[in-house]
Amino acid sequence: MLLEVRSLSTAYSGLLAIQDISIDVAENEIVVVAGANGAGKSTLLKSIAGMERPRSGSVTLDGARLDGLPGHVITQKGVAYVPENKRLFPRLSVADNLRLGSYLHRAAADREAPLERVFALFPRLKERLPQRAGTLSGGEQQMLAIGRALMTRPRLLMLDEPSQGIMPKLVDEIFDAITTIRATGVTILLVEQRLAESLSIADRAYVLQTGRLILQGPAANLRDDPEVRRAYLGL
Amino acid sequence: MTAQALAQVLASGLLMGLIYALIAVGLSLIFGLMDVVNFAHGEFLMLAMYATFGLVVLTHLDPIVLMPVVVALLFVLGGCAYLGVVRFAMRAKANQGMVQIFATFGLAILLQGAAQYAFGTDYRNVPGSWLGGRTLDAGGVFLPWPQIFGAVVSLAAFGGLHLLMSRTDFGRALEATREDQGAVALVGIDRNRVFALGWGLGAALVGLAGAVLAVFYYIHPQVGASFALIAYVTVALGGFGSVGGALVAGIVVGLVEAFTAVILPPAMKSVGVYALYLAVVFVRPQGLFGRL
Repeated sequence: MLLEVRSLSTAYSGLLAIQDISIDVAENEIVVVAGANGAGKSTLLKSIAGMERPRSGSVTLDGARLDGLPGHVITQKGVAYVPENKRLFPRLSVADNLRLGSYLHRAAADREAPLERVFALFPRLKERLPQRAGTLSGGEQQMLAIGRALMTRPRLLMLDEPSQGIMPKLVDEIFDAITTIRATGVTILLVEQRLAESLSIADRAYVLQTGRLILQGPAANLRDDPEVRRAYLGL
Repeated sequence: MTAQALAQVLASGLLMGLIYALIAVGLSLIFGLMDVVNFAHGEFLMLAMYATFGLVVLTHLDPIVLMPVVVALLFVLGGCAYLGVVRFAMRAKANQGMVQIFATFGLAILLQGAAQYAFGTDYRNVPGSWLGGRTLDAGGVFLPWPQIFGAVVSLAAFGGLHLLMSRTDFGRALEATREDQGAVALVGIDRNRVFALGWGLGAALVGLAGAVLAVFYYIHPQVGASFALIAYVTVALGGFGSVGGALVAGIVVGLVEAFTAVILPPAMKSVGVYALYLAVVFVRPQGLFGRL
């Protein structure tokens, strides 16, 4: 397993946001974590990325412990995280945001190597290079956030609700991009409320409810599960 | 006022203003980076002046030659101040702003006391720079060479700082950290390291100002206080966090001070500066170039 999360619990001021969560992500998989608002999906990603400190449990990448490490070290180890609110540097240009993405590789001769791939995925970023990141549309900001994350050359890319707050037309573009990114050898852990779309690109899925894991399995099985269809797909 | 006298006031004000800008910019830089006002900023200046004095006495070299050493020492001092004091103040669970103020204020008192213990309360002068006491006579306008030198150093420092901020990875990391210190971890940047280096840079800049000032200004343990007050006014006037604002505001402060000295008795030469400051605070609280 590339990523192993074991019995992870994280609390905010005493209240458990996630409880006893165990998930696996194998090399080159797309795994989706679904669930309603407040189910703990974002907390799970933050706890893996080192933005929140779990109360108990463990996270390992290729067998090496990640939990307890500061966020910047976890990024160095190959875990890129695109949070729900993207956290771009809004007053800096698109070019500077992308260049910051390759900060870790600033000594490398091929520092900007992933840039070609980013532009191939999102050609409109190339047109926006001198523009301030804060002036981009919601969809373009999402593209930039994913682009910046790819510049860190991750092994695992974690995306929190990449479809949120963007035009329907761009949603398809983002989901297509996720499939393309996987094809280049990056493993994907995706948090989504749009279960139908994410199940169609994912290999496996986990469903959270009020901080606990209630369902898991291959994406195809979940798509056919009558309870999932009723509760989450509205069918 | 004759044209010559006017030119004299303008030129003197401009030279001192550029030096004020150099004193203030480190304060503004640190504030912009992490919203912390360093109340020990004046003491950093004072220590830089003593460092210059001490090095000159020890090595018998010209203070101008020793400037890089002073800057390096202050860089280390700034980094240590962050790692040893401010970092812990930032972890306060309640009243973080107050804790930061008192932490740096306490550091100021500590440094002042230490300087008084180590160097005594005597006024010191840096002996013998070849700039010392020389004056340029530009058609009846008299300008002291140490201040011309200080103004040139200040402009060079602002130029260098601009290049550093806009052209280097460290500059981009600084900008990114001041934008969103919680997000830099996403690109693998350790914000604590950026903060420590930012404090080092801010202190190095005031160290440069101290080395320049030591050539023509007397040195004593409280010397930082008066300049620090001007630095706070300059930073507030230019806009907290704005580097370009510090440059413009420093020049404005220098000019206003020079003109006030002509109109009012010498003892009241600071009145104009503080009146201007009050006016700006009322009309434009974010300063000339600040953002809210």
